[in-house]
Amino acid sequence: MLENYLPIVILAVIALVLAILLMTLSRVLGPFRPNKNKLSPYESGMDPVGEADERYSISFYLVAMAFIVFDIEVVFLYPWTVQYLDAGVGTLVSMIIFILELFVGLVYLIKKGMLDWDIDQFKL
Amino acid sequence: MISIDWYLALSAVLFCIGIIGVLIRKNAIVIFMCVELMLNAVNLSLLSFSSYHGNVDGQILVFFSLAVAAAEAVVGLAIIIAIFRNNLSVDVSRINLLRW
Amino acid sequence: MNYLHDLSTFLPGIIVGVAGLIVVLIDCYKDDYKGIVGLTIASLTAALAISIMDLFGPTGESFYGMISYGGVAAFGNTVILFGTLFCVLISYEYLEAIDHNFGEVYAMILFATTGMLGLASANNLVMIFLGLETMSICLYVLAGIIKERKTGAEAALKYFLLGAFSTGFLLYGMALLYGATGSLDIQEIAQAASSDLLFVAGGGLLLVGFFFKVSAVPFHMWTPDVYEGTPTTLTAYMSTASKSAAFIAFITIVSRLLPEGTADWSQVLQVIAIATMILGNIIALVQDNIKRMLAYSSIAHAGYLLVGLAAATPEGYSAVLYYLLAYTIMNIGAFGVVAYYERQHGLDLLDINNYAGLGFKRPMMAVMLSIFLFSLAGIPGFVGFVGKYYVFAAAIHADLIGLAIVGVLASAASVYYYLRPMVFMYMREAHKDIPLVKSGWMFKGSLIVLTILTIYFGIAPADLSHLLSSYYSGDWIAQTLIP
Repeated sequence: MLENYLPIVILAVIALVLAILLMTLSRVLGPFRPNKNKLSPYESGMDPVGEADERYSISFYLVAMAFIVFDIEVVFLYPWTVQYLDAGVGTLVSMIIFILELFVGLVYLIKKGMLDWDIDQFKL
Repeated sequence: MISIDWYLALSAVLFCIGIIGVLIRKNAIVIFMCVELMLNAVNLSLLSFSSYHGNVDGQILVFFSLAVAAAEAVVGLAIIIAIFRNNLSVDVSRINLLRW
Repeated sequence: MNYLHDLSTFLPGIIVGVAGLIVVLIDCYKDDYKGIVGLTIASLTAALAISIMDLFGPTGESFYGMISYGGVAAFGNTVILFGTLFCVLISYEYLEAIDHNFGEVYAMILFATTGMLGLASANNLVMIFLGLETMSICLYVLAGIIKERKTGAEAALKYFLLGAFSTGFLLYGMALLYGATGSLDIQEIAQAASSDLLFVAGGGLLLVGFFFKVSAVPFHMWTPDVYEGTPTTLTAYMSTASKSAAFIAFITIVSRLLPEGTADWSQVLQVIAIATMILGNIIALVQDNIKRMLAYSSIAHAGYLLVGLAAATPEGYSAVLYYLLAYTIMNIGAFGVVAYYERQHGLDLLDINNYAGLGFKRPMMAVMLSIFLFSLAGIPGFVGFVGKYYVFAAAIHADLIGLAIVGVLASAASVYYYLRPMVFMYMREAHKDIPLVKSGWMFKGSLIVLTILTIYFGIAPADLSHLLSSYYSGDWIAQTLIP
C-alpha cells in the first residue's frame, strides 16, 4: 500500500538536498561583486518603471468577483453536457432557465456600469 | 490503492487547521481563506465517501458546495472592501464598535 | 416525473424567485421604487395565498424526493411569506426615511425568501444546504446595506464570517452523515442510521451548524451585533422569517433525520435550550439599547422553541410551529414600532432612556408597542402566551418537568425588561419636547393588522392548533417517529 510511494519520497528528499547543497555551494564559492545595474530588477532590458508592490484599482476586485461567479457556473454545465442525451428534454429546459438567470445577472452588471472602465474608477 | 481512512484523516486535519486559523488570525481576509479551507476539506471528505459508496450523491453536493463557496467569496470580498473603506484596515480586532 | 405537477408543488418559491429576477431587471432600467415595491408586495401576496391554500391540500414529495409539500412545509411557507410580506410593508417607509431605499434590497429579500421556502420544504440534505445558503448569503448583503456607516459594515462582516464558519460545520456534518449511510435523502439516512461514531458525529456537527443559524447559546455571539447594525425593519425580517425557516428545517432534522436510540439527541437539545433561555433573558435585563434588548429576547425565544424540539413528540413539534407564527407576528410588530420611533430626525431613539414620555405623544403607536411587548413577555390574552403554553405543556407531557420549570422562570424574569420601555413611555417625564412625525397608511395599517392578529390568535388559538396537530397524525406520525 503506502510502501509503493517510497520511491517518490526518496526522489523528493534527493531533490531537496541537492537544491540546498547547490545554492549553498554557489553562495560560498562564487564571487560577489555587486553594482547598481546588477541589482536592479530585469524588465526586458528597459529601465524599471514604478514600484512593484503598487496598489491595484478596485475595479480589478469587481471584475474578479464577477469572474468567480460566472466561472464556477460552468461546474453545472459540464456534467450536463456529457449526459444530456440520456437526461432528456427536461434538463435542457432547466439549463436554459439556469442560463437565463445568469443572464439577468450579466445585464445587471452591465447596466450598473461595472464594465465601464473609466479612468475615475481607477482610484480606490 | 490507498484506503479511505487516509483521505478522511487528511480532510479532518485540513478542517482543524481551518478552524484554528479562523480562531487565532486577525486579518479578515485570512480568516475568510481559512473558512474556504474548511469547506474544501469537507469537499475532500465528500468525494472520498462518494467513491467509497460508489454513488454520485456526494459529488453532486460538492458541486453545490463549490458554487455556494464562490457566491460566498463574492459577497465576503465586497463586505471586506466596504470595511476597508470605512476603517482603512481589515484587522478584526479593531472592528469593535458593536459590543454587548 | 411530471414536470408541471412538480413545479406546481413549489409554486410559491417559483413566484417569489421570478419576481426577484424581474425586480433586478426593473432596477437596471428605471429608478422606479414604487413599481418595485408594488411588484414585491404583489408577488409575496400571491405566494402567500397559494401556500395558505396548500395548508389544506395533499402532502407528498416532488422533484425526485428533493422537496416535500403540503403539511408542515406548507405551514412553514405560510409563516415565512407572511413575515416577509409584513417586513416589506413596513420597510418601504423606513428605508425611504433613512435614505437607503434601493431596488436591490427588495431583490435580495425576494431571493432570500426563495431560499427560505426551499429550506422549509427540504427533504434532502442538498436542498437544506442550498436553501440555508441562499438565505444566508442574501442576508449578509442585507446586513451591510448601510455600508457607509461603520456599524453597518461591521455587522455585515461579523455576520458573514461567523455564518460562513458555521456553514463549514454544517457541511462537515452532512458529509459524515453521507459517509455513514451512503445517501443524502432524509428518509434513507434515517433508515440506515446506526449509533456508530460516524453517524453520531455527523448528526452532532449538523446540530452545531443549526444552533449557529438559530442563534442558540453558546453560538449566539453574532446575533446582538448583527441585529444592532442592520436597518431595523430588515432586522425584523432576519429575526422572524429566517428563524422560522431554520426552525422548520430543524424540526425536519430532529424529527426525521436523527432517530431515537442512535444517540441521546433530546439531552443535547435540553442542555442548549436551558443555556439559551437563561443567558438570553439575563443579558437582556441589562440592555439599554432597545434593538439589542430585542436581539437578546430573540435568543431567549430560540430557547423556548428548542424546548419544544427537545420534547421530541408530535405535540412538541406542532407547538414549535404555533410558536413560530406567534413569534413572527409579535416580533415584526415590536421591531416595526421601534423603527417608527427610530426614524425621528436627530434623535437617538434606540436608547430606552429617550423613550421617556413618548407614550402620550402618539398614543396609538405606544399602545401597539405595549401590546407586542406584553405578547413577547407571555402575558395571557396575547398570542405569545398561547405559544409558550403549548411549548411548555409539550415538555411536561414528555416528562421534561425540570426543563419546563426553567422555561417558566426565565419567562417570568423576561417580564422585567419587556415592561421597561413601557415604564419609560408612560411614567417618566419627557426630557424635551419631541415632535414625532406621522407615519404613512401602509406602515400604520400593517402594524394594526399585526396587533389584531396578536390578540386574535391569543384569544382563539384552537382552530390553528388543531390544524397543526393534524399534520403529525395519520401518515406523518409514521414518518416522524421512525424507530
